[in-house]
Amino acid sequence: MSEPTLLSASGLTLRFGAIPALLDVDADLWPGEILAIVGESGSGKTTLLNVLSGKMAPQSGQVMYRDPAGAMQDVHTMPAPALRALHRSDWGFVHQNPRENLRMAVSAGGNVGERLMAQGSRHYGHIRAAAIDWLEQVEIDAARVDDLPRTFSGGMLQRLQIARTLVTHPRLVFMDEPTGGLDVSVQARLLDLIRSLVRRLGIAVVLVTHDLAVARLLADRIMVMQRGEVVEAGLTDQVLDDPRHPYTQLLVSSVLQA
Amino acid sequence: MSTMEGYNFAYLDEQTKRMIRRALLKAVAIPGHQIPFGSREMPLPYGWGTGGIQVTAAVLGPQDVLKVIDQGADDTTNAVSIRRFFARTAGVATTTDTEAASVIQTRHRIPEKPLREDQIIVYQVPQPEPLSRLEPSRAETRRMHALAEYGLMHVKLYEDITRFGHVAISYDYPVMVNGRHLMAPSPIPAFDNPKMHHMAALQLFGAGREKRLYAIPPYTSVVSLDFDDHPFRTTRAPHACGLCGATDSYLDEVVTDDQGGRLYVCSDTDHCETRREAGHTGSESPLQEAAQ
Amino acid sequence: MNTVMLRVEDLAKRFTLHLQGGVQLDVLNGAGFEVRAGECIALSGPSGAGKSTLLRALYGNYRADAGRILVRHDGAMVDLVTATPRQIVAVRRTTLGYVSQFLRVVPRVSALDIVADAAGGRAEAHTEAAALLHRLNIPASLHGLPPATFSGGEQQRINLARGFIHGHPILLLDEPTASLDAANRDVVIAMIREAKSRGTAIVGIFHDAAVRDAVADRLYQVAPYQQAA
Repeated sequence: MSEPTLLSASGLTLRFGAIPALLDVDADLWPGEILAIVGESGSGKTTLLNVLSGKMAPQSGQVMYRDPAGAMQDVHTMPAPALRALHRSDWGFVHQNPRENLRMAVSAGGNVGERLMAQGSRHYGHIRAAAIDWLEQVEIDAARVDDLPRTFSGGMLQRLQIARTLVTHPRLVFMDEPTGGLDVSVQARLLDLIRSLVRRLGIAVVLVTHDLAVARLLADRIMVMQRGEVVEAGLTDQVLDDPRHPYTQLLVSSVLQA
Repeated sequence: MSTMEGYNFAYLDEQTKRMIRRALLKAVAIPGHQIPFGSREMPLPYGWGTGGIQVTAAVLGPQDVLKVIDQGADDTTNAVSIRRFFARTAGVATTTDTEAASVIQTRHRIPEKPLREDQIIVYQVPQPEPLSRLEPSRAETRRMHALAEYGLMHVKLYEDITRFGHVAISYDYPVMVNGRHLMAPSPIPAFDNPKMHHMAALQLFGAGREKRLYAIPPYTSVVSLDFDDHPFRTTRAPHACGLCGATDSYLDEVVTDDQGGRLYVCSDTDHCETRREAGHTGSESPLQEAAQ
Repeated sequence: MNTVMLRVEDLAKRFTLHLQGGVQLDVLNGAGFEVRAGECIALSGPSGAGKSTLLRALYGNYRADAGRILVRHDGAMVDLVTATPRQIVAVRRTTLGYVSQFLRVVPRVSALDIVADAAGGRAEAHTEAAALLHRLNIPASLHGLPPATFSGGEQQRINLARGFIHGHPILLLDEPTASLDAANRDVVIAMIREAKSRGTAIVGIFHDAAVRDAVADRLYQVAPYQQAA
């Protein structure tokens, strides 16, 4: 029960001028757990993701991360090289737009292999074999390993981004609307893929989404944000089936039932 | 010494030369690291060797003997012009003999003859940033150097092997200097890369347009990037020099007629001449026959 | 077999509907009962009395406003009303099972995998899952298909298989036979009886009187809450 947290944030506050993007936000994440941050545009959820991942500094509060050696590291005071090393290996970031993360002029295999090479892999054959293995895990035909991403569909690009991110076996992955902008059928496949990969590999995920259905399918726990504040948090099914805060009730009641 | 009136020794004023020397000292202290410097307007266009000329001007003393080569040759326009420039502005002795030179300014080659501790080689560099084609942001490449994040360079090698079956970089082949900094060796052929490794002479690099200097101190490790299962290999045209018969030198291909006739000759003209004076002859030697 | 597995004390649940001008619905007030190992309690009461609300509260799905829900988990009593989300997850994983009326699953996952995944990671999960589906008359030809396009009755049976495969010591059943034919209903009755004989404590809502009579040891009357006017 008292298993140590993987990521622990407390008192995060960040204002853009008069606009509060984060107000005294706390968040804990345990190994292997999926935490969804939901809310509409401008609620501060993407800002929270950026602050949790060290991309943006809060004005107050701190984010602590338990490194693989078990030591707690302050994400915002650790040296830049150490933070970048985390982002290259132990962490991953999946963007809504895969083009932000992928190198469009580099083959699929090169894209997947980059993080391995950044970690010091210097054996072409091994890197290529790992790339092919990961393409298959994300259901991309191994024959496409030498193709450029620009020949891939939107869903394939997103899966390629996931392969590129997971190749180093990160323990924590940040996802920003990973299924946004995709066709519904493509979304379903991607959700299923994310769910099974994350469960099988025991990866912890902080998932930002405005789509409550995505949160319900993937997340163990959920945080609802409005104007920079966490207005409600709890188990995903609790919050979505028994919403208490007016804003959560509005969000839940606004979802079209299929 | 008969130098041109009205010019300081070696053209640049002393303050500028001091500024460049300070940058060079820093460059020597951090092998392979690019040092910004206040590149001056020179009486020739950027891209013609302004960086190299400024470095040469900064290190040149009255007793120095200067050799300038372009693609290995002492007799091309650029080499001749730069040699004459320093003969007129510094009054230094010039030579085409590698062994006799104390300072060698070069574009695109390293002499075949191993250099000594009492020599300095100055490279003209068009693009000092080895990652420039891979990462457009200069701020980001600086960060990558600072943190020694060079995975991206290997991505480029990976792509080459994937596409061509081997690394298809034939010149300006990236190297790791002193196990720390990724460095562009200027557009010398990959064939010359091994010569940089543990070279006895001081190696200085100047990029005039990009305003960067860098250096490799004597006896520094310079390793060409590769993969364990695709090791770095030098290539040369599979011929002997048509003039001197050398089988271990870097060759230029010369088209001799409009019938498809070709001649392979040493690109290092001094090396070739020295060998011929010592009695070596090429299998074809058409120019020698014609002279007789 | 006399161990108290679940004890409900003075449970209250109120819904505040902010979108309807803050209307407050008091659904449960002062609910209390206990269930011992091997016992089955049927929640009864008229429609709208709050049976489903109570059952969902017992699973931690609805958050109670007052009272206690004590669950015997790992040898100690855990109060689900005050438990952290992670404690509730742990209780659900090993102690507390729930069969809802509707199947909610990720698209593309096969019926067999859905059931096997609920087995708690046992090696023989797929064999057990297949056997359970067969017992519930789901033909093998359907095992490999995702159940989204199955009939209501088939989905209900997959839901049942998923709920029963793990063998949780406490099982909550929300109308487990609602859309089943007579033959399948009898299978479910047999499964509930077997679970009881293994010591499973069961709380259920059974609209079908025949099923209720066949499995329930006691009734707990859920009274419509008296509005304090």
